[in-house]
Amino acid sequence: MRSPLRSEADAFRFVGVVVVAAALIVGAARANTWFGLAVAVVLVGGVSWWYWHQPSPEPPPVAVRHDEHAVHRVLVIANETVGGRALSDVVRERVRGRPAELLVVAPALNSPLRHWTSDEDGARAAAQERVRASVTRLGDLGLTARGEVGDGEPLQAIEDAMRTFGADEIVISTHPAGRSHWLERGLVEEARRRFDLPITHVVVDLEAEGA
Amino acid sequence: MAAVHAEHLEHGSHEHPPEPYYSSRVPPSILGMFLFIASEIMLFGAFFTAYFFVRVVNGTQWPTPPFHLPVFVALVNTCILVTSSFTMHWALQSVKRGNVYGLRAGLLLTFLMGLTFLITQGIEYSRVGFAPKDGAFATIFFCLTGLHGAHVFVGLSILLFMTIRAFRGHFSPEHHHGVEIGGIYWHFVDVMWIVVYMTVYIL
Repeated sequence: MRSPLRSEADAFRFVGVVVVAAALIVGAARANTWFGLAVAVVLVGGVSWWYWHQPSPEPPPVAVRHDEHAVHRVLVIANETVGGRALSDVVRERVRGRPAELLVVAPALNSPLRHWTSDEDGARAAAQERVRASVTRLGDLGLTARGEVGDGEPLQAIEDAMRTFGADEIVISTHPAGRSHWLERGLVEEARRRFDLPITHVVVDLEAEGA
Repeated sequence: MAAVHAEHLEHGSHEHPPEPYYSSRVPPSILGMFLFIASEIMLFGAFFTAYFFVRVVNGTQWPTPPFHLPVFVALVNTCILVTSSFTMHWALQSVKRGNVYGLRAGLLLTFLMGLTFLITQGIEYSRVGFAPKDGAFATIFFCLTGLHGAHVFVGLSILLFMTIRAFRGHFSPEHHHGVEIGGIYWHFVDVMWIVVYMTVYIL
């Protein structure tokens, strides 16, 4: 069962579910009031559990129009690794020998509680600081870059950036496997499914770089 | 789900305004209906809370003697309303298949059944033998069924416009969002009635 508010067909199916559930509850309650209550609790709990454990509907792939640009445009998505040396090296390699424009996007990573209470100031300030440091570092390497703070959801941040920055390729920077939430959630694979662009995955081990 | 198009356009070079962009990834009409129904559930929830306090916490006998609820008439009304969900669904399936006559017949039947429901409820009110002032039981009964009746009235208004538009040929297999949204609302009204009927008349 999908959300009954997605479409009329889903709402219609939900009507059927409610009719059956109501019949079961009434039948049980006729036998014994507490039994009816128990059936109601079990049904509501069971349907809720089933609903919340369903996979989310697959979002549509983003249609990308491939135009020729005078400059090569690279979109860089990174979190804490945005200032990593490995990332700078890969970006420099990707744009070597051709005029390039870089957009660095750091998603404003936030806790779920702060997200739902719209307490985003701290997350955005931290992301802004990461972006500033990254742009400065890329500038030191002779690369023209600008930075933006993106949505806390990295795929959404990519999509938002694609609106205003027609990228020719995307570079996604993450922590190593085992320490990266993005990798655990399959961000790179999902991005490759949704965006018809070359996507480079860079693993930045900040601990190793700092050593 | 709105299709999202990422366009590689030079800054300032596009001649048309960009397509609307929905960050929530949910079309505004669906999101609007979602928020509306969420607020409706809270509204009904307030009335059901009153019902709960009257019946469970205070232990008021339901229905309070010497009153009786017309359970059978309400059951017939329930069947009519549930059937109207089927005709509503038939109408939408018809328009998706390009069957204009099915759309018109489905919407018309849905409207007529909704109207029958409302008229029957009005007759039931006039013959039920008690008024809202006759104690907490009567107040809650009229509030819950009346609140639902008001929603049926709104649904009928929507259905009326949908039916008129269907007869004027405003809907097609490609463009029938007006039927889709109205259908979701109608099914919501149906679901709420099943809950009201079960709690007020049966249990």
